[in-house]
Amino acid sequence: MIERTPILNLATHVILIFGLVIILVPIWLAFVAATQTLQAVNSAPVELWPGDQLWVNLQQAWAQSDFGPKFVNTLIVAIGVVVGKITLACITAFALVFFNFRGRVLIFWMIFITLMLPLEVRIVPTYAVAANALTPFQTIMDWTGISWLITALSGVEVALEWNLLNSYTGLILPLVATATGTFLYRQFFLTIPDELVEAARMDGAGPLRFLWDVLIPLSKTNIAALATIMFVYAWNQYLWPLLVITDRASYGMVVVQLSDLVPDQLTTGGGTPTWHLAMAATLVVMLPPIAIVILMQRWFVRGLINPDK
Amino acid sequence: MAEIIIRNAGKTYGKTTIMQGIDLHIHNGEFVVILGPSGCGKSSLLRMIAGLEDISTGEIEIAGTVVNGLEPRERGCAMVFQNYALYPHMTVAENIGYALKVARVPKAERLARVAATASSVGLGDFLDRRPGQLSGGQRQRVAMARAIIREPKVFLFDEPLSNLDAKLRVQMRHEIRRIHNQIKATSVFVTHDQHEGMTLADRLVVMNKGTIEQIGTPAEIYDHPASLYVAGFIGSPAMNMLPGTYRSNRRGVLLESGAFVPVALTSELGDAALVQVGVRPEHAELVLPGTGTFDARVDVVEELGPARLCNLMLEDIPVSVLTDGRPDLRSGTVVGVRLDLDRLHLYDATSGRRVQTGAHVPLQAMAAQTI
Amino acid sequence: MRRAYFKFSWIAAALLAPQLLIIFVFFYWPSAQALYWAFTLEQPWGGGNTWVGFDNFRKVLSDPYYWGSVRVSVIYALATTVLAMTMALTLAIFVDRQLVGYKAYRVAIIWPYAVAAPAVGLAFQFVFNPGAGIFSYINSIAPGWWDLSKYPWQAVTAIVVAGAWKQVAYSFIFFLAALQSIPRSLTEAAAMDGARPLRRMIDLQLPLLTPTFFFLLVINITDSFTDSFGIVDTLTGGGPFRATDLMVYKIYADGFRGFDYSGAAAQSIILMLLVMALTFVQFRYIERRVHYT
Repeated sequence: MIERTPILNLATHVILIFGLVIILVPIWLAFVAATQTLQAVNSAPVELWPGDQLWVNLQQAWAQSDFGPKFVNTLIVAIGVVVGKITLACITAFALVFFNFRGRVLIFWMIFITLMLPLEVRIVPTYAVAANALTPFQTIMDWTGISWLITALSGVEVALEWNLLNSYTGLILPLVATATGTFLYRQFFLTIPDELVEAARMDGAGPLRFLWDVLIPLSKTNIAALATIMFVYAWNQYLWPLLVITDRASYGMVVVQLSDLVPDQLTTGGGTPTWHLAMAATLVVMLPPIAIVILMQRWFVRGLINPDK
Repeated sequence: MAEIIIRNAGKTYGKTTIMQGIDLHIHNGEFVVILGPSGCGKSSLLRMIAGLEDISTGEIEIAGTVVNGLEPRERGCAMVFQNYALYPHMTVAENIGYALKVARVPKAERLARVAATASSVGLGDFLDRRPGQLSGGQRQRVAMARAIIREPKVFLFDEPLSNLDAKLRVQMRHEIRRIHNQIKATSVFVTHDQHEGMTLADRLVVMNKGTIEQIGTPAEIYDHPASLYVAGFIGSPAMNMLPGTYRSNRRGVLLESGAFVPVALTSELGDAALVQVGVRPEHAELVLPGTGTFDARVDVVEELGPARLCNLMLEDIPVSVLTDGRPDLRSGTVVGVRLDLDRLHLYDATSGRRVQTGAHVPLQAMAAQTI
Repeated sequence: MRRAYFKFSWIAAALLAPQLLIIFVFFYWPSAQALYWAFTLEQPWGGGNTWVGFDNFRKVLSDPYYWGSVRVSVIYALATTVLAMTMALTLAIFVDRQLVGYKAYRVAIIWPYAVAAPAVGLAFQFVFNPGAGIFSYINSIAPGWWDLSKYPWQAVTAIVVAGAWKQVAYSFIFFLAALQSIPRSLTEAAAMDGARPLRRMIDLQLPLLTPTFFFLLVINITDSFTDSFGIVDTLTGGGPFRATDLMVYKIYADGFRGFDYSGAAAQSIILMLLVMALTFVQFRYIERRVHYT
């Protein structure tokens, strides 16, 4: 604050509160709806104040959608993705920064290009691959004649199959590659002074030792930042689980469950839309990532914005 | 303890050759300082000995083994870095003991050695601190302890004192020399500060632009600089350079200003050769105008404390004279300068090489030039 | 290029292998396969694919529904970006003044980032619902005026609002960080020069935000092409009458519900090229300019 500006301050507060209201209104309405009865939620005009049915609705929505196992599933997948992504990002960036070899730039670009190929533009073929993750290798072997060779030599038909549908692996593996994470780690590794690496070499440490003893302890804040973003990302996955999991009872994820709750002809059979349950379920589903974002706010912002690019 | 022999070493980056034809023989237990300005290749040479950089031509031998292809840890060298390179997340104790940990030395032994080494450099009380909590001098000691504890064949120092303030630098210089005398390991120390070089070295290696200009003890180099470059680099205040032409018929150098300096050569020099007469400020004295080798005009007088540095102008050539009197000299006054003809240095202006003269400089009677 | 590195060895290869393998199997292979399908047609009786050249593309590009989808996608992208960025910028500038409650404002504006797209879609479907949400109030005054499932423009408005809502947080974070990285000495110098806060906003802050602005512009537009699936699926299902059939959604619908792999593949390739072009523009021309503060 450089000068005293009471009017501008007032205007600031007004604008900010106005903005805040706009942002919070949908959530507030959803919250209110989650606290009402079936009749109340469907009556016009809409209630602006919460009712008392929150707990009841939550329980019903929970039971109806069978959220228990789904929460566990989502947690497993989210943790799996976080661990996988961070590990891959770390070791890939390490290899790219601390080793010198031909093709280093090429590999960097290969990873970079994946940023331009988000899942949405390749859903159909990626799904096909998930149905049999070994297809690429099978095809390559067929084309290069290796399969023929193996069959000719041993009489064994080469038919590789690894079905990833309806499994944790299928949910986690395709999401685990990460260009953003790799770049973030790379930026960080580039700030490590050359002398530190040389001192470690003089001390007799090989690359893996250096990674474990020096780099990883130093990257703790990095890890926290990445973990936050990736947890939210993984938890909120919608399209991929939607495609890959048909056995919802065993492997369903919470966010996907929401699509079932859209009150329309299908879910209510023409009866009154169960908005109160839908909103209660929405609240439940939103809670963990929001909690993480609020608690880890500092790390999370750092994860998005790297101060020393 | 090890001998280092460097034969015809050279380094090329892509198309640029930054160093070539380096021949150096470092004896067991010797403290050698490689001295030179930025970019002269001294750090590269050190890193080539360490194994942090590949050698392009030639070979390096440590303790009888050619180490060209060996990894740093296989060469038996320890290095103290300019910016200390301490592991920021480890304590002092862990920093010092890291090399031992990598070598899988048993924990008890490791801890004992860390404690012993730490107290030998005065860090006994700081074992649990992190580098971020230490002062510059303390960090420097940790870096040194880290090197000492490995009991290496060779100690390498890469401008370790550059980041310290003046007083600390002097202190650490003594520390380093003291430790060297105690451990008697072969040490190679790189610096651009000629003070450090002169005070620390058993022998000095002066480098410039990728080649070695001269190797010798500090006294040898001070008294007989082999080239214009070395003459100008070593010694503070710097040696005076008076350009002129050699006149064989008059057996001396005719300075551009018209003054004449008699010089007795012991080697060949063509008549009318362009030369530079070098004379250190302490080898000239102020006399009454007209009674010395030439007269000059006073420009600025610097009070050094133990002496005064009188900066004079001979026509447009600067000449400095060190005097311990306290003459009252005002700018513009004309004074006479008498050169000590026994202490002149003559250099061929084109090649920069020293021309041997009959100037007799008693090597034993080297005055300790402390600045 | 660092000068300190380890010699290349099998270790480096082993470290790179996992990610490269996954990228190959789940990114490059499917992309190649999409290309293959886009240029071929599956035999109705099985037996592989036949090469049809650009036929699939021609079919797609002459399909009025496809162009409808492109139109909606573009409108969606532009509208959400403009809305979201304006809102984010305004909020960021005022939050940056760091008045009382600054931290609370910051948290409150950021956490919508954590809400999943379908959750956003669902919540907004409730808000926009003619029978149960706010608009039921309007409908009680002017009956039948608001009905998402009847009026295309209302459906499009709904997804735009939902999409913009979701995107504000991300842009806000970046704008705020950029504002806070303006050295205080600059602000003080401007104040000494006589510029009052509003003037400083216009002359100092906004111009210094330009790099961030362009960066976010492209990110927002790119994301709106790809991130919108969850919202559309839960809010409108692509309707009414395909009014909100975004490109991404159409690919899903055609591929997974219509089983038209070739058509979906052709559309995917087009979308892929579009996204690549946008990302390329961003990194090539804009990323460079982001760093001059």
